[in-house]
Amino acid sequence: MLVQKYFPSERMVPEKDMDACGLFGVMNISGRRFGGEMAINAIKNMKVRGSGLGGGFAIYGLYPEYKDYYALHIMFQNQNLRAKHEVEAFLKEHFYVVYDEEIPTNPEINVFFPPIVWRYFVAPQKKSEDQTVTDDEYVVNKVMYLNTCVEDAYVFSSGKDVGVFKGVGFPEEIADYFMLDKLYQGYIWTVHSRFPTNTPGWWGGAHPFNILDWTVVHNGEISSYGTNRRYLEMFNYYCTLHTDTEVLAYAVDLLLRRQKLPIELVARIFAPPMWETIERMDKDQRELYTALRMTYAPLLMNGPFTVIIAHHNEMVGLTDRIRLRPITAGAKGDLVFLSSEEASIRAVCPDLELAWTPPGGEPVVVRLHSRDHLLSLNKSI
Amino acid sequence: MNGLNVKFGMRDNFLDGLMPVSKLLEYADINETKAVIDARGLKHKELNDLLRESLQHGVSRIVINNVFGQRYIGTRLYDPGREKVTIEINNFPGNDLGAFLNGHRIIVHGNAQDGVGNTMDAGEIIVHGRAGDVAAMSMRGGRIFIRDNVGYRAAIHMKEYRDKVPVLVIGGTAQDFLGEYMAGGILILLGLTLQENDLHRANYIGTGMHGGVIYLRGHVEQHQLGREVGIRPLDEKDKEIIRNYVVEYCRHFDANPEEILQGPFIKLLPVSKRPYGKIYAY
Amino acid sequence: MYSYLLPEFTVKRLEDRCIRCRVCERQCANQVHEYDGELDRLFTTEEACVGCQRCVVLCPTNALHVQPRTADYRPNCSWTRDKLQNLKKQAETGGVVLTGSGNDRPYRIYWDHLVLNASQVTNPSIDPLREPMELKTFLGKKPDTLQVTYDNDGLPRLESGLHPNVPISTPLVFSAMSLGAISYPAYKSLATAAREFGTLFNTGEGGLPAHMREEFGVSAIVQCASGRFGVDPEYLNSARIIEIKIGQGAKPGIGGHLPGEKVSADIARTRMIPQGTDALSPAPQHDIYSIEDLSMLIYALKETTNYEKPVSVKIAAVHNVAAIASGIVRAGADIVAIDGIRGGTGAAPLATRDNVGIPMELALAAVDKRLRDEGIRHKCSILAAGGIRCSTDAIKAIALGADAVYIGTAALVAMGCTLCHKCYTGKCNWGICTQNPYLTKRLNPEIATRKLVNLLKSWSHEIQELLGGMGINAIESLRGNRDHLRGVGLEAWELDVLGVKGAGE
Repeated sequence: MLVQKYFPSERMVPEKDMDACGLFGVMNISGRRFGGEMAINAIKNMKVRGSGLGGGFAIYGLYPEYKDYYALHIMFQNQNLRAKHEVEAFLKEHFYVVYDEEIPTNPEINVFFPPIVWRYFVAPQKKSEDQTVTDDEYVVNKVMYLNTCVEDAYVFSSGKDVGVFKGVGFPEEIADYFMLDKLYQGYIWTVHSRFPTNTPGWWGGAHPFNILDWTVVHNGEISSYGTNRRYLEMFNYYCTLHTDTEVLAYAVDLLLRRQKLPIELVARIFAPPMWETIERMDKDQRELYTALRMTYAPLLMNGPFTVIIAHHNEMVGLTDRIRLRPITAGAKGDLVFLSSEEASIRAVCPDLELAWTPPGGEPVVVRLHSRDHLLSLNKSI
Repeated sequence: MNGLNVKFGMRDNFLDGLMPVSKLLEYADINETKAVIDARGLKHKELNDLLRESLQHGVSRIVINNVFGQRYIGTRLYDPGREKVTIEINNFPGNDLGAFLNGHRIIVHGNAQDGVGNTMDAGEIIVHGRAGDVAAMSMRGGRIFIRDNVGYRAAIHMKEYRDKVPVLVIGGTAQDFLGEYMAGGILILLGLTLQENDLHRANYIGTGMHGGVIYLRGHVEQHQLGREVGIRPLDEKDKEIIRNYVVEYCRHFDANPEEILQGPFIKLLPVSKRPYGKIYAY
Repeated sequence: MYSYLLPEFTVKRLEDRCIRCRVCERQCANQVHEYDGELDRLFTTEEACVGCQRCVVLCPTNALHVQPRTADYRPNCSWTRDKLQNLKKQAETGGVVLTGSGNDRPYRIYWDHLVLNASQVTNPSIDPLREPMELKTFLGKKPDTLQVTYDNDGLPRLESGLHPNVPISTPLVFSAMSLGAISYPAYKSLATAAREFGTLFNTGEGGLPAHMREEFGVSAIVQCASGRFGVDPEYLNSARIIEIKIGQGAKPGIGGHLPGEKVSADIARTRMIPQGTDALSPAPQHDIYSIEDLSMLIYALKETTNYEKPVSVKIAAVHNVAAIASGIVRAGADIVAIDGIRGGTGAAPLATRDNVGIPMELALAAVDKRLRDEGIRHKCSILAAGGIRCSTDAIKAIALGADAVYIGTAALVAMGCTLCHKCYTGKCNWGICTQNPYLTKRLNPEIATRKLVNLLKSWSHEIQELLGGMGINAIESLRGNRDHLRGVGLEAWELDVLGVKGAGE
């Protein structure tokens, strides 16, 4: 995420790839942290939904001891140490680096051409001209610079108390490689198993995609990609990662973080009701939904998708409006699950209390200390 | 490409690292009439290897335990010379359960996922739970009973020919595009999971339908129906059909048929065998 | 409403030659010719003429000439005659304009801009008439490597298993034409010719009649398409190869629609639907909305057939074809079939046929390159389809990377088709694209089979001649061997995509 490049001609814009996948997310709504076992086993249970070309995890509540600092997970591919020196010089200039270390990996796990992956806990060190810029915006800009201007360096994630671990391989291999089940705990885990039609061999191309503490994992192909991309360019998001998930992530950033719209309405922008349905609404609702569709028409995500969006305190599952991709939600006690397949939830939580499948375009919003996820229940099957 | 002198090549997510049948047999207990299989951790093909092996042993009943998402259960049992078997699944089979099924009987003690009875030819599938999307897609024969709800596009493009009439009975409600493109067969939706005056969940019911019949118990509004279907009153023959399948449903799932038969039922029929006959300029 | 449409053809009858035999009247299903007994004269209704030339060919005295009328309206490069006629047709019916057969728009035909190589001095050309010249091709997935052990006698033995592969005697395969789209005699002729010649025919999505399964299953590629017509486990198990039809070059992205009037008793039995109902093929396969769903169906079919048959996936050549093909191979397909923008059809909306998709030459080259770049080209065979008109198109396709080519329109022409583009009317005077028994019995399956076998024979000979000229005596040495191609009159980007040098480079 956040590799931005301006192309003078559309011909030079790289062809986007299509990928499809298995998704899984689990959250403890009381905020209790837990290990990666469930997420890893669940995605392993859906092995055939991926092709071994990418897997990744986002974990929230990952670094409680550093939760006031931005945690940068940065990879250096081709074992490029010059890139690392360059990045570290840049960090020194623009941030206070309170701690950094190599992210431990298990050398016995054989993965495809692994990069060096390092983590830095940082606080912004703003120059006078940056004083008006918010911390978040500042970090976004710097991350963008690193991704775009430092060859072989790429920031996996940049949020506080959150981290993304991803790479080329089946997700359970990535988990073993980073020893996720042994070393880490969190209160939200989202996982992605990738089945791309393109770009094998690049660790950055795996999901989740991240901006600050926002992460997106996505399954499907967005047919409206070209429209979405060109609209987002007006807001200075230039897509260069050749994947349609990128437009989703930028749209999430634009609508949720920058424009501060509630997720329930953002879901209606991505997957709006049909005009026929809007016609049948009462006057106020009709006006609202008509306005949403008119204003954000270029952000309608057309074509099949399921997406799990997460940030602190919230995990959201959403499908396209005619539900061309699957999602199943489940709950047991404080645990709430989102998955491409029900059996994967059952495999890791045999005594599940509730399982339900929302209709297309109906978000399942899982919030800390709330039961909001049950709101979708009576519309589901 | 990654600019490296390394090609990622290809990894087979289905077939890499499979156990040979001789090893797999440790997961099964096969005697003359019955096989019991422990599916925990087995891959799709491994489980189906064992099913085929059991069939060739001549068993009549197969019980599979610890099923979590294995696909295609029953699909590889096409063997015209052999007796049909009954397969009991505990508890959560994966997608394409009984796809292309050829006369066997499958009982699921749990929820099923997408593609139950995909292009099924003959046999019976009974799900003590709910089912996911595209249940009974392109089904051509046999019967499927789902105790609870189903997802999107159930019975899509189900079709019949002469005495081969597929039947899908859904105890609960369904999501959108129920009976889309339906070209034949019988679809019964009982609405038992809904409250008394609730509407069924599905929109676009029977859109593009051009054959077969949908019997629907409970309430729908006109806007939930596709343009290609019309509501018709039930005649005696319809009532007979509904009675037969409701009684059977109740037998499988231990419910009271008389209560269910009180209805209300409506019948949905395609308006035309040729819904798109007039959209072309010749 | 009085129609403002102008006749498309002029029918000229030389009265002094006409002997009033009324052959033309009997032969024309469009009722162009009508005999007036009182006047002892044949009259013509030109508006009904589709220009199929049946009457012209069969007129014993060569009294008839049928020619296109092209310049009725004021000449206009933008508002052409076709455009005007279609507008009038739409205004009169409110319908979608239909057409049949393949795209006739003047998109560049890359075959005509590629030239082949020949040996001179540095390596010898080969005389194919007297020396071995092998065309045998295997369709299916190949392993990365083989394990070999030596037995007690010191003889090497193959240790590793192979994926199912299907040999064909020549890299020419009849492409998918369903029973229903074409007549039973035409369908049967394709099956018989394929069997006789040791190659394959493709059932399309209309099923394989039960009585043909035992005899012709060994030569059949059976399709599992969105309509799932006639698909049962026996059908799948009777075949040699199973093909999942995702798309068709003539109409990428849309489904099919066999009108109820063509669903006769036989068609109904084969498709397993009631007689007279529309056979609607949905646009997508509703169990495939994504690449991992394709994988699911591929393995469902492999499960159904006990992993004994290669599974092919046929797609229309579209913008992202290379990436899609890579996904298809990774999804487990053994064969990828690519159908280009000039592929034929029994019926398609004109708007789609003429405007959607990309030329197969570019698609094929892109796919072959992508699969090589990713190191997975050997994991599948590539079948190229869509507008292969002659043996040289076929051999150029093989040099661009195809394992074999599908031929559809060429086979129909061999049986009598004249590309009148009126397949969708069901009134094919040649008895090919119709279910009217009066018309279908015109096509004698024995004669049509001979013609098809002859076609395969002559193309195979020509391919052998050309191979010999290049100093190659086995077709596999040409596969993907673009060194033997050069471009003439192409722009740099086109040469880049095709992966060939310009002539003289």
